Amino acid sequence: MDSFFNPASPGSEAIHHLFVQFLWIAGFVFLLVTGLVLYFSHRFRATPGDDREPRPLHGNRKLEIGILATVTGIMGIYLYLALQTMVSVQAAPAEGQQPDLVIIGHQWWWEARYPTSGAVAANEIHIPAGKKLLLEVSSADVIHDWWVPALGRKMDVFPGRKNQVWMEANEPGTYQGVCSEFCGAQHAWMRINVIAHSPEEFADWEQQQLKKAIVPQVSLAQQGADLFADKPCASCHRIEGTAAQADIGPNLTHLGSRKTLLSGMMDNTQENLKRWLAHPQKVKPGAHMPDFLFTDEELSALVAYLGSLK
Amino acid sequence: MNKLITIPEAEKGLPSVRTDLGLLQWISSVDHKQLGIMYLLTALLFFVAGGTEVMLMRIQLMVPNNTFLSPEAYNQLFTMHGTTMIFLVLMPTLIGLGVYMVPLMIGANDMAFPRLNAFSLWMTLFGGLILYFSFLDGGAPNAGWFNYVPLSNSNFSSSKGVDYYCIGLILTGIGTVTGALNFVVTILTMRAPGMKMTYMPIFVWMMLITAFLILGAFPALNAGLSMLLIDRQLHAHFFSPSSGSPILWQHLFWAFGHPEVYILALPPFGILSEVVPVFSRQPIFGYRFLVGSGIAIALLAFGVWAHHMFATGLGNPVNGFFALGSVLIGIPTGIKVFSWALTMYGGSIRFNTAMLFATSFIVEFTIGGLSGMSFALVPLDWQLTDTYYVVAHIHYVFLGGTLYSVFAGLFYWFPKITGRKLSEKLGRIFFGMFFVGFNLTFILQHILGVLGMTRRVYTYPDLPHFGALNMASSIGAFLMGASMLVLFWNIWTSLRKGEKAGDNPWNAWTLEWYTSSPPDPKNFEAVPPVRSARPLWDMKHPENPDWKHHH
Repeated sequence: MDSFFNPASPGSEAIHHLFVQFLWIAGFVFLLVTGLVLYFSHRFRATPGDDREPRPLHGNRKLEIGILATVTGIMGIYLYLALQTMVSVQAAPAEGQQPDLVIIGHQWWWEARYPTSGAVAANEIHIPAGKKLLLEVSSADVIHDWWVPALGRKMDVFPGRKNQVWMEANEPGTYQGVCSEFCGAQHAWMRINVIAHSPEEFADWEQQQLKKAIVPQVSLAQQGADLFADKPCASCHRIEGTAAQADIGPNLTHLGSRKTLLSGMMDNTQENLKRWLAHPQKVKPGAHMPDFLFTDEELSALVAYLGSLK
Repeated sequence: MNKLITIPEAEKGLPSVRTDLGLLQWISSVDHKQLGIMYLLTALLFFVAGGTEVMLMRIQLMVPNNTFLSPEAYNQLFTMHGTTMIFLVLMPTLIGLGVYMVPLMIGANDMAFPRLNAFSLWMTLFGGLILYFSFLDGGAPNAGWFNYVPLSNSNFSSSKGVDYYCIGLILTGIGTVTGALNFVVTILTMRAPGMKMTYMPIFVWMMLITAFLILGAFPALNAGLSMLLIDRQLHAHFFSPSSGSPILWQHLFWAFGHPEVYILALPPFGILSEVVPVFSRQPIFGYRFLVGSGIAIALLAFGVWAHHMFATGLGNPVNGFFALGSVLIGIPTGIKVFSWALTMYGGSIRFNTAMLFATSFIVEFTIGGLSGMSFALVPLDWQLTDTYYVVAHIHYVFLGGTLYSVFAGLFYWFPKITGRKLSEKLGRIFFGMFFVGFNLTFILQHILGVLGMTRRVYTYPDLPHFGALNMASSIGAFLMGASMLVLFWNIWTSLRKGEKAGDNPWNAWTLEWYTSSPPDPKNFEAVPPVRSARPLWDMKHPENPDWKHHH
């Protein structure tokens, strides 16, 4: 994944710059202390059997004050650099500014809502490149944390509270991130993929997301659609254009168009999807999807249906 | 039917603490030296538990996508590892050293409240055992050592683990607070005649300051724990997102949690300030600055807690305030580091195991302090918090700092406690293995954090460098684990066959070295006059005593 050492946004760039400044000063202090310790260790080391008592030294007030002044100076520089960067990275949004993107953290997946268009996505979050986006983040359950290192700072995601954070991608590309606050059994697999497009591509993607789900044409997929309606799937998931209208689990309207499954845990292939549906608790133990004991035929039908939802 | 049964006479008297020196005598003891040793043994017991937990974790993390541990098992292990090491290992170790050493160092025959002292120990031990009982009753706590709500509330953590966490920590917390009270009264009222505050050994100063920190910080934790227990068991709403506040828990926890860092750092600063001078054969550099910076740290420690919460969206004014506090606390800490280094100047340094750990502490703790600065600088925190960078940082502070000092103190004071020296040869092997293992494990974790590996993950994807760095980190951890076996072997054999120490094997200067090794049940019949911080130096060097140099 791209760390903030490969910044792809002005915010990340500023933090990277600050970290390099921090390292220079820290390196200087470290070498000074280590140098003193090593030099004194060598210079004032007793030879074996040497029991002499050196003349006791009773401090040096001027040196003590000099140390105090030096350390205070270093800390002052640090504080100045930090506050300067802080204000530039987390500028307050204009009064009443509406968010461009609403992110909702769930155990253990991400929901993305685009307020202007009404599009909804999960886990793979598409954005236009070159635009400074205001994100509003909140949680449906426990505390999570939104962190895409190359695109900006991290921000905690609280239930019952809306935090705002800026995000921007200078160039189109895919940027990985991950939930950065421990959130329970599957915290490890709450990864983020942000896909930045050119503005035109992004508009196309958004239009595609707004479409209702494809009506299956093949008989196996049609069986899958019937199963999805009959089994409890619709009590948690939404597929636009069908009777499934619940928002507890991820929206599956365009599941087939996603590259990965289960918050970046595995590639979106037929085999993986089947493995997951067969034994969710073996694939992602603790996930809030129970084991439905589908038969092999049912699994094939569901996979055919869900995979067709491009 | 009506025949009466004769009750036999007892053939042996009941066991008495006056005549039987067995287990009962230890259990019923109110002697500060026995209690100090029992504190250290309590810490050792839990150290083995917490160490085993982390060995299992490092096996799991050796390779990407490992399945050695289930997510639930891993989450319980890392929660217990952190909770154990902080509350049941480092705290009892430092308090135990204090309980043993403080009365000896100030020329007293016991703590001010010997029975309260015993109470404190047993609360710590039983609180810890109750926490560990959770493994037998449905699972250990699994929400991390700082146990954020709502994850730790009953709707997201339905096993009883978090209840055990609350009850266990409240109990050990009560023991800690009573212990702190005991230190304050002992140090303020029981010093040998002539020992002004400014003549106290710096370790005693640091224990006094730490005791005040405990008295200020632990009530916040115990309040938070009680509220959480009420939320979980009686369905109150202190921390509920809808009618309470999840972030309130964070404020309460870190109002305790950051002073706690200094509770675990100031006594080590005290140990360093004893060990470095004695083996450098020089008085400590800047006694007043060291004591003053300790007091400054304690005061500032209550004004930095929100730097653990920079990513919660508190807003720039609040973040700026706590950045200022956190940067300020770097000043007294920096002063201390230079004071220890400059104590070596003009000395005649004896590099035995204690001194090797003490000098390495100066360097390792500097790394931990500097990496800590990256969490005071708010925007860096916004990238690095909750990653392996912070895992590396806390271990450089608590191992490279606290534990190194404990090892230095152990090799320094073992002869006083047992009458025998630890083996130098085994000590050096132990130091070498631990030093290499420690740095290998944790220096790499800084890089993992920068690369984007978050903490508290039971596994990780096969991203570039993640596998190799984690493998190397695990190898370092196993080396540290192996080094502990060398230490245990050293203690075991030295207790029996170690070189006899005599009263003052290091030719040290503070009062604990004036009495016999190990000290008699009554520590002192008499103590030499105390006219400076180094009474035994003054006694041996009437031609050039320290008190002649007081300004």
